Amino acid sequence: MKYIDEFRDGALARKLGADIARAADPGRRYHFMEFCGGHTHAISRYGVADLLPANVRMIHGPGCPVCVLPIGRVDQAIRLALDHGVMLCTYGDCLRVPASDGLSLLKARARGADVRMVYSSADAVALARQHPDRQVVFFAIGFETTTPPTAVAIREAAALGLGNFSVLCCHVLTPPAMTAILEAPASAGGVPLDGFVGPAHVSTIIGSAPYAFCAERYGKPVVIAGFEPLDVMQAILMLIRQTNEGRAEVENEFVRAVSHEGNRKAQALVAEVFTRRPDFEWRGLGTIPDSALSLAPAYQAFDAEARFPVAYRSVADHKACECGAILRGVKRPQECRIFGTACTPENPVGSCMVSSEGACAAHYTYGRYKDA
Amino acid sequence: MPAPKNRSSLGRALDLKQGRIDLAHGSGGRAMAQLIEELFARHLDNPFLAQGDDGAVLPGADGRLVMATDSHVISPLFFPGGDIGSLSVHGTLNDLAVMGARPLWLSAAFILEEGFPLADLARIVESMGEAGRAAGVPIVTGDTKVVERGKGDGVFITTTGVGSLPPGRDVSGRHARPGDVVLVSGTLGDHGMAIMVARENLGFETPIVSDSAALHGLTEALFASGARVHTLRDPTRGGLATTLNEIARQSGVGIVLDEAALPINPAVAAACEFLGLDPLYVANEGKLVAIVAPDDADAALAALRAHPLGARAARIGTVQADTHRFVQMTTTLGGRRIVDWLNGDPLPRIC
Repeated sequence: MKYIDEFRDGALARKLGADIARAADPGRRYHFMEFCGGHTHAISRYGVADLLPANVRMIHGPGCPVCVLPIGRVDQAIRLALDHGVMLCTYGDCLRVPASDGLSLLKARARGADVRMVYSSADAVALARQHPDRQVVFFAIGFETTTPPTAVAIREAAALGLGNFSVLCCHVLTPPAMTAILEAPASAGGVPLDGFVGPAHVSTIIGSAPYAFCAERYGKPVVIAGFEPLDVMQAILMLIRQTNEGRAEVENEFVRAVSHEGNRKAQALVAEVFTRRPDFEWRGLGTIPDSALSLAPAYQAFDAEARFPVAYRSVADHKACECGAILRGVKRPQECRIFGTACTPENPVGSCMVSSEGACAAHYTYGRYKDA
Repeated sequence: MPAPKNRSSLGRALDLKQGRIDLAHGSGGRAMAQLIEELFARHLDNPFLAQGDDGAVLPGADGRLVMATDSHVISPLFFPGGDIGSLSVHGTLNDLAVMGARPLWLSAAFILEEGFPLADLARIVESMGEAGRAAGVPIVTGDTKVVERGKGDGVFITTTGVGSLPPGRDVSGRHARPGDVVLVSGTLGDHGMAIMVARENLGFETPIVSDSAALHGLTEALFASGARVHTLRDPTRGGLATTLNEIARQSGVGIVLDEAALPINPAVAAACEFLGLDPLYVANEGKLVAIVAPDDADAALAALRAHPLGARAARIGTVQADTHRFVQMTTTLGGRRIVDWLNGDPLPRIC
């Protein structure tokens, strides 16, 4: 496959692996966090960790849209479908996220809820047009990557005067989550991070500029990288070099898609349609101020939370779940008591086991032979 | 036994252009007899079916018999490379073939939904007849039921097959041994991606065609090579990954795949990439996995490649001792990872 295979080439990977081994100072340890689940997936799926020296450790960050979605948000979606009879449209990987009472959207469907998997927000608008007698709600989740398409859908619904379309908005923002990780109190444990592999698709939208605070305020280098395994390896090499040289800069490995200022048109759309929520609960990270979006006043009519009485209720994670510690790099998935026993991809207890991009699911699915 | 064009012994002929299934077609009365005579018997005609009794009287077969059954529910009913009719024939024939059997007879049971167009049903049954004739296996008995509108999804077909197992053949998911070589007969994921693209209205066009095919000719060629075949499977639902995990569990062994050796059509790889799916978990309907003794791997691979359905056969991995029964893969990058059981349905990822 052109433009893909080049970034998965074994010979180049071996060369990069050797470069990394040469660059890494044997006298020190390196701890880098890949923020995005897409990177976690690539690292696990291609066995990138096998090509890294033992003193370079990757910590899997919280950038998995499904993993950070709190149970209470999925509960809202299920209540909309089951109690209010709406046609609930959502992306495929939301369907299996476990919610309260042993339910998920997939299980709600078996109980009669009308839950539809869509490939884009535009499909949800199309369903609303096809079913004028039904209330159609788009369960909008994801980071900055999936936010502009939701904005487009809402603007289209407004232009068409679609009174039967609304959005349950759970879009979240990357930089506040990085801040929360960097601000995590030492008492909460955690290894000091040496830097971030910065988001790929998110950065195509927001650009590289918004990560400057990591370097300037916290002295942590960021290297924005694509989602292919060689992208990740190249970024790790660049992070090691910055660390060795005592530099903290935002560098861009993913120049084929990411610019400094990002996609201005998408940013303007998002600014028009959404406003920041004062705070938002993340699964695994707790409540983070200014970290999520809701609909701007001009588009309030399309806010499902305003249209239907489905107030958000927080639901605590399982007591034995170590997802919070895993996301901060304090613990590895296999160090959690319930990893692979009570908590598996089939029956996930914690957020990191929910999607294949989550730290625990990635280790369970791709890497657990190493524990055997 | 061609049906009369306008008249039948049962009155006015079925309207195969505009007509639809109604509840009378399943009630056991004249309408049902007419449906059987003018549609099913016409396309599936053979001496056993023509006996017209409650069951087919079949000649005795020597030695061991293998019996397999498979229900077919699929949306859309017609897809690039096949339809539910040919698929329902191939599915059961392949279950027999990967047992090492030579298929002899098939039965077919239909559950039809009220309102289903007779023209579509005729296409499906015609396709079954063609698939059966091409495979040399007659459909000797059948059944039809009609359910009310809303209680079915057009048509469901269950086929059952009986085959004879030649002496000396003993293939099973329990027989994979450390050192054995894993072969696959061709490209992976074509059927599943053809269905997904046809079903989901994805807004992009692909040249992907289902690989739906009867495999007993290919398995006979494999056995004729003299290779010691320990395990045969057709990696249908859940794809190659699921099949290999089943074998690893049954045989109590591990399997290590070489990612670079996996045959995958570029269009399938691209569509999977686009949707965030892994071709290892996507269904096939005309491929087999063969696990053979190490010394016989070359002969077995040559035999597969010499057959039209095995032209892209490849050696993809080896069996090893592993008490954890992991299926692992050496990636194109040179790393290693688990190839785990499928968790639920494969669903596209967001990011």
